[in-house]
Amino acid sequence: MENKLNLNKEVIKECRILAKGIADDVQSFIDQHTTVAVERTILRLLGIDGVDEFGRPLVNAVIDHLVEKADLSKGVAHYMICAMQDHDETPQEISKRVSLGSCDLSIYRDLPIKKDMTELMPFFEKTLATIDRMKEVRKEWIERTELKSTPAKYVIVATGNIYEDIKQAISAAKKGADIIAVIRSTGQSLLDYVPFGATTEGFGGTYATQENFRLMREALDQVSVEENRYIKLVNYASGLCMPEIAAMGAIERLDMMLNDSLYGIIFRDINMKRTLIDQYFSRVISSYADIIINTGEDNYLTTSDAFEHAHTVLASQFINEQFAKKAGMKESLMGLGHAFEISPEVENSFLYELAQAEMAREIFPHAPLKYMPPTKHMTGDIFKGCVQDALFNVAAVTSHQSIHLLGMMTEALHTPFISDRAIALNIAAYIEKAFKNFGDEITFNPNGLIVKRAHDVLNHAHQLLKEIKQEGIFKALEKGRFAEISRHEDGGKGLQGVFVKHPDYQNPVLSLLQSRLKEEHHVS
Amino acid sequence: MSAKSTWIRPYGDTENDGKVQLSFSLPVPASPLGEEAAKKIALQMGLHDPSVVHYEALSDQFSFYIVYGRAEHMVDLNAINVVEVDHKVMSKEEVEDYIETNFEEPLVFVGASTGTDAHTVGIDAIMNMKGYNGNYGLERYKGIKAYNLGGQVDNEVLLEKAIELKADVILISQTVTQKDVHIENLTAFIELLEAENKRKDFIVIIGGPRIHHGLAKELGYDAGFGPKKYAYDVASFAVQLLKEKQIKVRR
Repeated sequence: MENKLNLNKEVIKECRILAKGIADDVQSFIDQHTTVAVERTILRLLGIDGVDEFGRPLVNAVIDHLVEKADLSKGVAHYMICAMQDHDETPQEISKRVSLGSCDLSIYRDLPIKKDMTELMPFFEKTLATIDRMKEVRKEWIERTELKSTPAKYVIVATGNIYEDIKQAISAAKKGADIIAVIRSTGQSLLDYVPFGATTEGFGGTYATQENFRLMREALDQVSVEENRYIKLVNYASGLCMPEIAAMGAIERLDMMLNDSLYGIIFRDINMKRTLIDQYFSRVISSYADIIINTGEDNYLTTSDAFEHAHTVLASQFINEQFAKKAGMKESLMGLGHAFEISPEVENSFLYELAQAEMAREIFPHAPLKYMPPTKHMTGDIFKGCVQDALFNVAAVTSHQSIHLLGMMTEALHTPFISDRAIALNIAAYIEKAFKNFGDEITFNPNGLIVKRAHDVLNHAHQLLKEIKQEGIFKALEKGRFAEISRHEDGGKGLQGVFVKHPDYQNPVLSLLQSRLKEEHHVS
Repeated sequence: MSAKSTWIRPYGDTENDGKVQLSFSLPVPASPLGEEAAKKIALQMGLHDPSVVHYEALSDQFSFYIVYGRAEHMVDLNAINVVEVDHKVMSKEEVEDYIETNFEEPLVFVGASTGTDAHTVGIDAIMNMKGYNGNYGLERYKGIKAYNLGGQVDNEVLLEKAIELKADVILISQTVTQKDVHIENLTAFIELLEAENKRKDFIVIIGGPRIHHGLAKELGYDAGFGPKKYAYDVASFAVQLLKEKQIKVRR
């Protein structure tokens, strides 16, 4: 990537060092803890699926049982291997009996550590083999799909009913969408379990369930065949079930996952300790499954002013990059987020937007950057909205963004109609064609507004990272450094699901994933 | 336009031409059949000479139409009753002076986006220091103590907090309106207030992109504010109503 903005490479390097320091401090905390969601994910990776007679997922039944009656700090693997040796049953059978109350795992609480986890491994291996097959299928599809130099067009469906979502997704794909995201029902991020089965009732979106994932992937596979290009599927590995949903997505071949603890802390008031621990495991899983994560920095600008707080987005991107690296993630999977949210009332707003987008591209040259459309300043004037979105599209194509979430003219009115999406895709395709190589043709005035703006934002981000390094991420969040929203380290939802690991704690599947990721990195 | 007639219809480029544009999708493939169906729909909506100026496929099963036509219907402006917030709108400074002159202690506003609704843009725009579009939020008003509880606040929690903070005014923001989830939630809050015998203790105001004053009154709220309303609109209404109700009024 060329350096059109003449950004100071030393400052960028220092930002990365500071961000790494910030992530290091958090990682040592993460390594000492586990959560109910992490333990449920271990069970899912053992192949446990289904619900009990009350509709409660079996993985919740087992973990709730351990929290109430035993000691989860030893990790669920300890109890599961003991029970398997006792009963000669599969993890699924044991879980079922736990849910029925006919198996008490608490009797194993005080048994010494089982160093040998061999009997569990075939169950993990089986799930990982499924994930491996999905990676292979995706890889073949991507190789078959013509490589574009322009951003991938990403649209959302959000009807609340998976079967309606499918109709809308098919239409979007036929109109040129490359990526379909199924928005979740509002409030799902705060559920401490993953709903089960196909669902038709959601508000502002559709529940993320493994069956919904499967149904949509199946429909998109069919359109991919018809269109002869791979249509990617996105959902949310976020909220209180972050790693579980990452695992489900890996199994059902989702291609991208929104995945950002900072977003959950700030905008969903999820406890920071809980979600940072959850995020680590979820990112390890996504790294292994070749799933691109999308981070949520764009949202900071919906509450804070996009011009004054642009640097907070960049600082957070640096931090998110380091969190992802800790999880063994390749840069090609880091869909760092940013947005086009400066008020249309600001003179030269487009220049500042372009500066910011170009800057992100140059600082993260290998990351599939996710560029978000105007939302805050969309008014209900759908005609003006089309133009706002068009300017955003020009910025996206010119600055070579990777994941281009198309704006909807009816933003702020309702979840998109099938036609809103088609109009957005038509306009984006026109701009994609008309501006295809525009970015390669232009240079920026070295003393002009764009270059100066990019330098200012980088310098501010550098300063902010220095301060965050000093105070630590927990304190920074308490001070409201991001989005001007303050969160306390012991506040928010989900803290009661966090446990300090017992000295005998084991997570055999995390170790397995880590060692395989290391191997992969050595090979590549 | 003649001054005496209060009967109107949409205006394109000539008085009374009734010209309107509309666009919609149909669950049929793009085809002459679909085009005819689109025209029929427009006719049944009371549009004369409907003309499909554009249509295209959205998928094998759906198509999109842009239609122009002439509206047959007229309305009598005299027969329309608009429910509007009928209090004087004051600037931030005027509101502050009004509080200073009329009340003996600070007024407490508690706000939240309630139920499953996670959108806080609206409540933030009204309450937070920064406000929106250059209009400061209530936190910055002298004489007002503003507490923004954020998003996804349960009705019960909101009421509990309002009691605890001795609120005079409760603000509720609702953004998600799919399947009328906001109506259900707003109704539940009023029922909760009534069940707890607290309705009279607060001025209760709602806001959001699909909220209007008429809806608010219908649901039992004191006022409703839709798009393009700022902190000063909400504050103007609230302080005047508090005075009318003689709450915290200087004696």
